Amino acid sequence: MIKEWFKSGSPWIWLNAAAVSTCLIMVVGVLGLIFARGVGHFWASPIVQLSYQEDDGQIKTIIGEHVDSSVTPAVMAKSAGFVLSDNEDVLIQYLMKTGNRDLTGSDFRWIQERHVKKQTEPENLISVERREWGNFYGQLTAVKENGNVIASGDKAWDVLQERLKVALELHEQIAHLEKKEIGSINYNLEQLRLAQRALELKNAWNPAKAKEFSDKKAAYDVDYKRYQAQTAELYQKIRRDSLVATTESGAELVIPLSKVVEVTRPNKMGVFSKIGHYVQKLGAFLSEDPREANTEGGIFPAIFGTIMMVIMMSVIVTPFGVIAAVYLREYAKQGFTTRLIRIAVNNLAGVPSVVYGVFGLGFFVYILGGKIDELFFPEFSPAPVFGTPGLLWSSVTLALLTLPVVIVSTEEGLARVPKAIREGSLALGATKIETLWRTVLPMASPAMMTGLILAVARAAGEVAPLMLVGVVKLAPTLPLDGNYPFLHLDRKFMHLGFHIYDVGFQSPNVEAARPLVYATSLLLVVVIIGLNLSAILIRNHLREKYRALEG
Amino acid sequence: MSELNNSVAQSGQNAATTSHNEKLRLIKDAVMRHVITVGGLSTICAVVVIFFYLLYVVYPLFLSASAEPITQYQIPSESAGKTLFLNIEEQNEVASRFTDSGAVIFFEAKTGKILAEEKVLLPEGTSIVSSVQGTPMREGAIAYGLSNGQAIIVKQQYKMDFVDNKRTIIPSLSYPLGEAPLVVDESGAALDRISFKIGESSTVIVAKTANKLHIASFEKEQSLFAEDSALIRSDSVLEMPVGTIKDILIDKEEHNVFVMYEDGLLNAVDISKKSNPEIKQQMTVIKSGEKVTSISFLNGDLSLMIGDSTGLVSQWGLVRDKSGKSMLEKIRVFKVSDSSIVAINASEQRRKGFMTIDDKGEMGVYHSTSERLMIKAHVSDSTPLAVILSPRANTLLLQNHDGKIHFWNIDNEHPEVSMKSLWQKVWYESYPQPAYIWQSSSASDDFEPKYSLTPLVFGTLKAAFYAMLVAIPLSLMGAIYAAYFMSPKMRVYVKPTIEIMGALPTVILGFLAGLWLAPFIEAHLSGLFSVLVIVPLTVVIFALSFQTFLPEEMRKSIPDGWEAAILIPVILIGGWFAFSISVPLETFLFHGTLRDWFKNEFGIGYDQRNALVVGIAMGFAVVPTIFSIAEDAIFGVPKHLTTGSLALGATTWQTMSRVVLLTASPGIFSGIMIGFGRAVGETMIVLMATGNTPVMDLSVFQGLRTLAANIAVEMPETEVDSTHYRVLFLAALVLFMFTFVFNTLAEIVRQRLREKYSSL
Repeated sequence: MIKEWFKSGSPWIWLNAAAVSTCLIMVVGVLGLIFARGVGHFWASPIVQLSYQEDDGQIKTIIGEHVDSSVTPAVMAKSAGFVLSDNEDVLIQYLMKTGNRDLTGSDFRWIQERHVKKQTEPENLISVERREWGNFYGQLTAVKENGNVIASGDKAWDVLQERLKVALELHEQIAHLEKKEIGSINYNLEQLRLAQRALELKNAWNPAKAKEFSDKKAAYDVDYKRYQAQTAELYQKIRRDSLVATTESGAELVIPLSKVVEVTRPNKMGVFSKIGHYVQKLGAFLSEDPREANTEGGIFPAIFGTIMMVIMMSVIVTPFGVIAAVYLREYAKQGFTTRLIRIAVNNLAGVPSVVYGVFGLGFFVYILGGKIDELFFPEFSPAPVFGTPGLLWSSVTLALLTLPVVIVSTEEGLARVPKAIREGSLALGATKIETLWRTVLPMASPAMMTGLILAVARAAGEVAPLMLVGVVKLAPTLPLDGNYPFLHLDRKFMHLGFHIYDVGFQSPNVEAARPLVYATSLLLVVVIIGLNLSAILIRNHLREKYRALEG
Repeated sequence: MSELNNSVAQSGQNAATTSHNEKLRLIKDAVMRHVITVGGLSTICAVVVIFFYLLYVVYPLFLSASAEPITQYQIPSESAGKTLFLNIEEQNEVASRFTDSGAVIFFEAKTGKILAEEKVLLPEGTSIVSSVQGTPMREGAIAYGLSNGQAIIVKQQYKMDFVDNKRTIIPSLSYPLGEAPLVVDESGAALDRISFKIGESSTVIVAKTANKLHIASFEKEQSLFAEDSALIRSDSVLEMPVGTIKDILIDKEEHNVFVMYEDGLLNAVDISKKSNPEIKQQMTVIKSGEKVTSISFLNGDLSLMIGDSTGLVSQWGLVRDKSGKSMLEKIRVFKVSDSSIVAINASEQRRKGFMTIDDKGEMGVYHSTSERLMIKAHVSDSTPLAVILSPRANTLLLQNHDGKIHFWNIDNEHPEVSMKSLWQKVWYESYPQPAYIWQSSSASDDFEPKYSLTPLVFGTLKAAFYAMLVAIPLSLMGAIYAAYFMSPKMRVYVKPTIEIMGALPTVILGFLAGLWLAPFIEAHLSGLFSVLVIVPLTVVIFALSFQTFLPEEMRKSIPDGWEAAILIPVILIGGWFAFSISVPLETFLFHGTLRDWFKNEFGIGYDQRNALVVGIAMGFAVVPTIFSIAEDAIFGVPKHLTTGSLALGATTWQTMSRVVLLTASPGIFSGIMIGFGRAVGETMIVLMATGNTPVMDLSVFQGLRTLAANIAVEMPETEVDSTHYRVLFLAALVLFMFTFVFNTLAEIVRQRLREKYSSL
């Protein structure tokens, strides 16, 4: 019977089924992994206090968050140099985020479970998110104003929250002044310098102009001085308060509130306050600038850059892709040539994306960009404007990359429009373009939409070509701001995909940055899967519609 | 369609009622037709431009160089003596002439206009008997050996000065070891041959009198004020074999002195122990009866270029032998001419190029490592008196018997790349044997970039191979099941799920592969292997018990075509079991970890980010591509074929394997090809999941570097239009062609298949 079963080929069918199951497990596993790690990042995890016996036998206190654990079989642990007794089968290790990098030199440490003598979660432990040196963990002892203690013990917490609120507001004001107002003055001064240079190049620089320019400059200078005085004053205020806390080793540390983003007591938080905290952190992640070499803070510039780039790309790729598809399907004589073109277009979708990047860098940036600089921006020389990677060239390169997707999809849509509709329109006396514009294209528009969505999804996830034509790890300014001409196509920008690569692989503190990378990945995956699902839905809907039409 | 349209247009014209409005409509139609045609065609052309642009950038790599005479002029200040050397500075503006009377004439390189004349201070009653130009020549130092056993070292300096945004170059002379002549031979014998080397902290002068070699080295005393630091001098003398010495050369590190005799005897003298130099190797470098006619270092002062009277130039370098001693070995030979070589000039600054001139005045410009002959030109009717190649190797200055100096332009942009240097093993300097090496940049000037694409192509294929090893079984078996056995209800969900897998950004897959999968596999290597055995086994055992031992009613309660869903928990349990028994199994079988076992038994090392990780991650990325195309092909097999087969009594599996698969095989093949194309061009996964080391090692536990990752890493840092830039474009072109050919083949196969299906 078993022999027969094997002969019937059933095992093969089951193995084939197993392949499908494996694929499903892999997809769900990967998505689940990203989801689990990405979602957890903003949850306020408890701070534990451990009595830990160091290798030299001393008992020490360790305070920190539990991040990861590993189970190593005894054999491997021994070969890695751990000393284990014979009755131990496995070595359990925990990765603790102990923070306090300014004091200990590192954020993380691995500890062995068997050396943990006692574990508690005291409610008064605080976690301080700082602008420098990563997190701090310890106990709050006092709050100081101008170096004098104003609250200590239990009262300290409430006073701290009050003072911190003020400090954060001040920080926001300073940031606004420095980035927006002073940044704008600097931008205008630079524009003035360029305008002067342009006039000099045209030999139109004369005393009258010089007077006009120096007046303007003086006006900017006045503004600048005023803002500077304001920021100086704000700095004075923000430096006033500080908090005092003790670390795990008992040492005392004074942290100025100007360097503090948030102070929490996760062990004292209930579920609801944790949810509130979670939402707040998520909001900050999506709307703030990155800090500490991108390993902390938000990813707003990356989201913004990605969206800008994708919009620019869509604006470029849609008309060209649709026109090419309309030409191929409606105007060109069907035959060997169109077949050849179709094969070529189809295959361009398979050309490695990095090749497009190389082309973009060589052709768009160095040749086109160089020419544009020569003709229109001589005053910038020797600094390049469009002759260097930037938003425009990234969009154009990705438009080229996604062109085949739009062409193929649009063509498919055009092919699905029943012939009878076209013939009916022509028979009623409409010209060809009228037929196209009024009947065929509207009917094919969902297909174009599908193509565009797929193109957007591809562009949002593409990194390799962008590394060559315009993405940077940290862009000082957004490509869209309040300074004329508002949209700065020549600027470099940040991108979610590149952010993942850069923070995950190029940052000095990969361990600390990892949760952030997972969270960024989750965002990117959600966006891209959402786009793809909507494309699939539109496509299915379209099919149903035409089935009805044909029937 | 267009006929119909024409008839509409015609009928519109024939009817004489053409109103203004209708005319406008027709005009609009015609205009739009042109707009769309032009727009469509140009869009499609734009795409073709990519290919030609890549080609356009790569093309200059394989162009040969050219040389042309620009001007000639009378020798400046001819009365100042016979020319010993000519020299030209980096900008090709100022040249200099050193004469046997100690005069130095600086003149404009293009016109011969004298800019300055200086005279080297010679002691009374002495004359110059030997002289040599130091290497690297751009430092412009020259040593004179005098008739009284003394030596003088002078240095030319070119100071840039900007006046009114115009650059002027001011030449001058300086004496790096002081103006007073240095006594090399106490007895006062004439220095027949002299050689020297100015290093960063020490200077060596080697001079020959009669048959003695005098070695004087001057070490700078370590001092904060380098200007007035004292020199510590040490001297030694070595007896040399009798014979005519052609030349003496000192290598870069001041460890070896090479003494070349005219009859071909080459002595390598070890001077690393200052007080006790010894001859460590003696060999004859040419055939007996021939003569060594010229010798020079290649840029970097590591390799000797030896020209002989038969027109051969051979390259010799110190190569470490098995015992660790470095010995001179012949690296390669160039057949330059049929007559005697009179000069070898290798003063190129950044490249390993050299120039030769034979006694008939034929000049040749070569590149040593790429073994390319770049230029051959007739520059003189007889043996030239002096010749110099400029530091940037773009001009040539030559003094002839006609009493004139000739100024040539040389256009030689990319000599270091040839088909051989790109694809074959090349013997680079200070390497023990020829090898495939990609090493594109380094900080130092005399570093030679090594552009072998072979390790990159190897890495690309290796990564793609392992990815296909993972992807093909999974995707094909999955496609077979999904297209033929799976219930339509489940298929509705499974297909989009797997297709979404293909839409996942590769940067995320790469990130997971590098930061999660790689450490996981490192810790659970044996678990991974046991999964490969245990999971299929579990599946078969489960299926067997399910189909043969389970009661009929229970089996019926599960509809057909949902096997894949039932198997998910089975596979999960099997996988978990495999990982949990792997450690005891590992301890039992290999007495330690599997990684150590591989290392100790086979000497296979383990990189954390290796081909295995890439294979799994990239396999994951390729599965949807192959799955989707193969599934379409299998699903599209006409139903009457399968029903016919089943009606004749074949089992479903027989029908599948003998009828369906055979019919759909071209489609499956095209799916695999497209998948392979994708794996070859994938950038981010390999960039993040491998160590990016360009090694050629088949081992699955070693890293690699692919063409695509290499472009992504190095492209942003290259200088536009440099050789490196063009070689990276070549890599992109190779990728482009490769994937384009594969995809086109696949597409043609698929179109044929579609026709076949419709005819069936």
